[in-house]
Amino acid sequence: MKNLSRDSRHHVTFRLNGVTVEGFSEPRMLLSDFLRHEVGATGTHVGCEHGVCGACTILIDGTASRSCLMLAVQADGAEIDTIEGLANADGSFGILQQAFHENFALQCGFCTPGILMSLSEFLQDNPDPSVDEIKVALSGNVCRCTSYHEIINACIDAAAALRTSKAEAR
Amino acid sequence: MTKFAMPEEIREGDTHVGRRMLRVEDRSLLRGEGQFVDDVPVKKGTLHAAFLRSPHGHAEIINIDTSRAEEMPGVFAVLTGREVAEQTNPMIVGFENPIDYYGMAVDKVRYVGEPVVAVAAVDRYRAEDALDLIEVTYNVLRAAVDPVEACEPEAPLIHPRADSNCVSKRNFVHGEPDKAFAEADRTTELTIRYPRNSITPMETYAVLSEPNAETGGFDVLSNFQGPFSVHTVMALALRIRTASLRHRSPKNSGGSFGSKLVIFPYIVVLCVLARKARRPVKWIEDRLEHLSASSVAPNRVTRVEAAYGNDGIVTGLRLTHWDDHGAYLRAPMPAPIYRMHGVSTNGYDIRNLAVTNHIVMTNKCPTGAVRGFGGPQLYFAVERMMHKIATELGIDPLELMRRNMVRADQFPYKAIAGALLDSGDYLRTIDETVTEGGLDALKKRRDEARAQGKLYGIGYAACVEPSQSNMGYISTLKTGLERERAGPKDGAVASVTVSVDALGSVNVIGDSVPQGQGHQTALSQIVADQLGLDPEEIVVSLDTDTSKDGWSIAAGNYSCRFAPASASAAHQAAFRVREKMARIAATRLNVPPGDVEFSGGRIHAANNPENAIPFYRVGGLAHWSPSSLPDDVEPGIRETAMWNAPELTPTTANDEINTSLAYGFGFDFCGVEIDRDTGVVRVDHYVSAHDCGTILNPGLAEGQIRGSWASAWGATFIEEFCYDDDGTFRSGSFAEYLVPTATELPDFQIVHPTPHPSPYTRLGAKGIAEGNQYTTPVCVANAVADALGIEDVQLPLKPAKVLRWIGGAEPPPSKGIQTNAPAQRNPSAIEVSGQMEVPAPPQEVWDLLLDPDRMARLIPGCERLVKTGDDRFNGTVMLGVGPVKGRFDVNIELAELDAPRRTTLTGTADGPLGSSRGQGSFVIEDSAAGSTVAYDVSVELSGKVAAVGGRMIKGAARQLIDRFMRALVRQAGGGGQAAPARHRSGFLAWLMRLVGGGR
Repeated sequence: MKNLSRDSRHHVTFRLNGVTVEGFSEPRMLLSDFLRHEVGATGTHVGCEHGVCGACTILIDGTASRSCLMLAVQADGAEIDTIEGLANADGSFGILQQAFHENFALQCGFCTPGILMSLSEFLQDNPDPSVDEIKVALSGNVCRCTSYHEIINACIDAAAALRTSKAEAR
Repeated sequence: MTKFAMPEEIREGDTHVGRRMLRVEDRSLLRGEGQFVDDVPVKKGTLHAAFLRSPHGHAEIINIDTSRAEEMPGVFAVLTGREVAEQTNPMIVGFENPIDYYGMAVDKVRYVGEPVVAVAAVDRYRAEDALDLIEVTYNVLRAAVDPVEACEPEAPLIHPRADSNCVSKRNFVHGEPDKAFAEADRTTELTIRYPRNSITPMETYAVLSEPNAETGGFDVLSNFQGPFSVHTVMALALRIRTASLRHRSPKNSGGSFGSKLVIFPYIVVLCVLARKARRPVKWIEDRLEHLSASSVAPNRVTRVEAAYGNDGIVTGLRLTHWDDHGAYLRAPMPAPIYRMHGVSTNGYDIRNLAVTNHIVMTNKCPTGAVRGFGGPQLYFAVERMMHKIATELGIDPLELMRRNMVRADQFPYKAIAGALLDSGDYLRTIDETVTEGGLDALKKRRDEARAQGKLYGIGYAACVEPSQSNMGYISTLKTGLERERAGPKDGAVASVTVSVDALGSVNVIGDSVPQGQGHQTALSQIVADQLGLDPEEIVVSLDTDTSKDGWSIAAGNYSCRFAPASASAAHQAAFRVREKMARIAATRLNVPPGDVEFSGGRIHAANNPENAIPFYRVGGLAHWSPSSLPDDVEPGIRETAMWNAPELTPTTANDEINTSLAYGFGFDFCGVEIDRDTGVVRVDHYVSAHDCGTILNPGLAEGQIRGSWASAWGATFIEEFCYDDDGTFRSGSFAEYLVPTATELPDFQIVHPTPHPSPYTRLGAKGIAEGNQYTTPVCVANAVADALGIEDVQLPLKPAKVLRWIGGAEPPPSKGIQTNAPAQRNPSAIEVSGQMEVPAPPQEVWDLLLDPDRMARLIPGCERLVKTGDDRFNGTVMLGVGPVKGRFDVNIELAELDAPRRTTLTGTADGPLGSSRGQGSFVIEDSAAGSTVAYDVSVELSGKVAAVGGRMIKGAARQLIDRFMRALVRQAGGGGQAAPARHRSGFLAWLMRLVGGGR
């Protein structure tokens, strides 16, 4: 990684949900802060800033990552996906969002962006997960409103719907 | 898609109320378009605040030097507690007391995390930088941590104007408890220690404050949750008119569970800070701040005594509570204990009661509201006692509970302490739960498990679930005379406004300040039913603005207020709109207003649906043609209901109080199995039932039950705020304060018993969000007591603790763990000792150790080290432990020098991350290689580093010492190898926790 001067702001650019965004960041600025306050993508939330709660989880080059444990300058050139990119092109809910909606899988919705992104990655690799596998996938995301039960159900429903939609696409 | 246990539709006739309608709120939240405080755009030039906080549980502030911080570029204001005290009044609570509370420390710090200095700077990063430049000198005092010991005369006094740390003591006598105890066949007693916990919402506190030159006050945006009675407290503290304190809450709040009530002291401080900075100032609390210094439920010690007959009928109850409220009381504290006063006898027909409440100050985080609000502590005592009586009599605990329950024919039932239990059939609820939940099968399972030698127990717990608090209950804390002087306090007003515009669109606003419960959805259902519309056609906005909305002191989101109060207010406002529109429509339809019905977007004659007018046309008439309205009908359509229930009466002369309006009923039972070897308590089967009257929306209601269960499971098994005896806080991150995740949270069975609607709420609905906070902890505790045959069950049920109750010795460690464990001086101290060979003679080593320039190069992170006097050194060291890193100002003094053989040292290290005090010795002896250096160091830590680094400190200390010793060997000229540092007692325990025994 290139050497950055501590006191200056550096140009950072990446693709966010398929659109190129850019801004300036001090080297120490967290990616979560950059996303929210420089780019204005406030859908990603910050819950603990020590990597435990998972609210700030986003996909960086397809991998679920904590945006509070990463610096903005490290994301330069990356492909980033967040909750704002989950809806269908026409704005309607994507499959995972719809499953959450129908299962009452959110209440306050603060942890939800991170959970949706964790599960987005998980469901790509696990089209037909067991309940135990889902629990492990969720273990890095804290929700204090629900009992996870609703979220697990949503994930099962989303997996089934994704399988159907893939089968239909073939 | 659904797999929910609740019926898909609970329709009464053709209503939207009772439908499992999907949430309106999801539309924005699931798209990342919610609006939480930190999402709301701010003015350019808005500053960010950061707080320097106390590293000590109890200390005098000797000096605060903010000069370097004030000079830092980007810093606009630096504010001390002393300045806040000069510019504000102490924040009032509900009774005369000797505590001056300003939201920041003045002269003294009283808990770890207490704000000492606030900084406003151009961004949060710079504000936190500035904190590092502030120097505070403390004189550390002895701390009071245990609530019972804190009441003793020899305990350190936390507030100088008080004569005891017990700032309020009240005795209540209802019925004739002394007589009941004297005449009873039997009496028994039990002492309960209920721990400190919270529910730690995912969104922390957030405040934006801006001075308003027009009003002379402030415009505030925050995630404050109410009750808005506290708005008055803030305005009085700020010395401004209440109307000059404009408070807005945004559309979304990221959970609260009570905690965002006591954000208000921060609002006051942020207002003062913004005034000093002359700019808007925003503050987003971080997680460490939230865990250490926001709000917790009071921990409580309760001595419970019961008088009972040989038939198991309980005739008298005595409750003596020591309620630990931490360092300050903040309104409406100490409310939790008084909110439950009326239902001190739970759902039992016990007619003689004595209650003694000690409200105690300790050197811990001050308390606030937490879901359950005084109920978990109370019911833990009462339900453990019922279990104990059953055990003593050899009666099945459930049978004993049943014998004492209030019977169906007694409703409405006036409990001896004043609660007017509105409706229910407790025995029927229990019967339905037992049948549906499979109690018989569970008993068989227990018998089989026990036959195999397993530790298995069954527990039961029942609870009366209060909802919608009487705003007068806190006055019960005052004597009758004091109450008379202060004037009556009662009721609980809820406000909802329904308006219909010129095109018939319906807007609803309300004062319920939701934090995720789905209030918009439920209110749209209620209003839609009244107006014959689809809920989709109703727009509900629940962001609030005290300058524009209808609200009263009870506004907010707490104590299960929504279902009884806000729903009633919405029903009433919509009903009034309906009445008005019916009168307008009636003139067009040529029928009496009473014969008009609303359905399908039309208003029509009841007996002739063809005789109709569209809903929107009536809206149009009201706005566009006032002249065509009936003479006594005002133009426009906007109705605000300020709904109150007459049953919420003031405290009586003999201290009876109907603390809440509606009382649901909950009943749980469970089976647990306990692993003899690990002490892990596993919930094998758990059943929970709640009769909360009319269900507004089963999807929302079930979410509340499940959410309550999850947080109650956490309180039962893993959640606890831990303090050392000196007030050092140990639970500053989610690695220390454990909360349930998907992997450990078990599933449970919900039973939906026959509902008994409340006669006192407009829809018959009662609150449902708190039930499992009451039942689950004690239900599991009773099961553990049943499994182990023990009496003193203390939460949380961490395996190490349970293992001690089982009575077996801790199993020997696996091979490879080295242990030598003499007793430690302080259980929280880090003790490191070891020895090493250095290839240089003792004199050389000695000279090296006393040479500050050379030592500066050896000490890891040392930036500066100078000799300040005979055998005294001062330096600056940069150290990091786990997630935190910071600069420490180090002072070391050597003593008992015996050159070149031995010295003892004492030292302190202070910095933004905390403080430490240490002592130790070095002994140098001749050896074949040159010298042997033996060292023995003990260090105590407090502040941030102790709060978040606790689990890593010993490892970090070992690494530091190793690095230092290796450097010493190199400096002394050899390639010698340091013998590994050995860690005394505690290391084994730490390692055991690390490998999984800590839950």
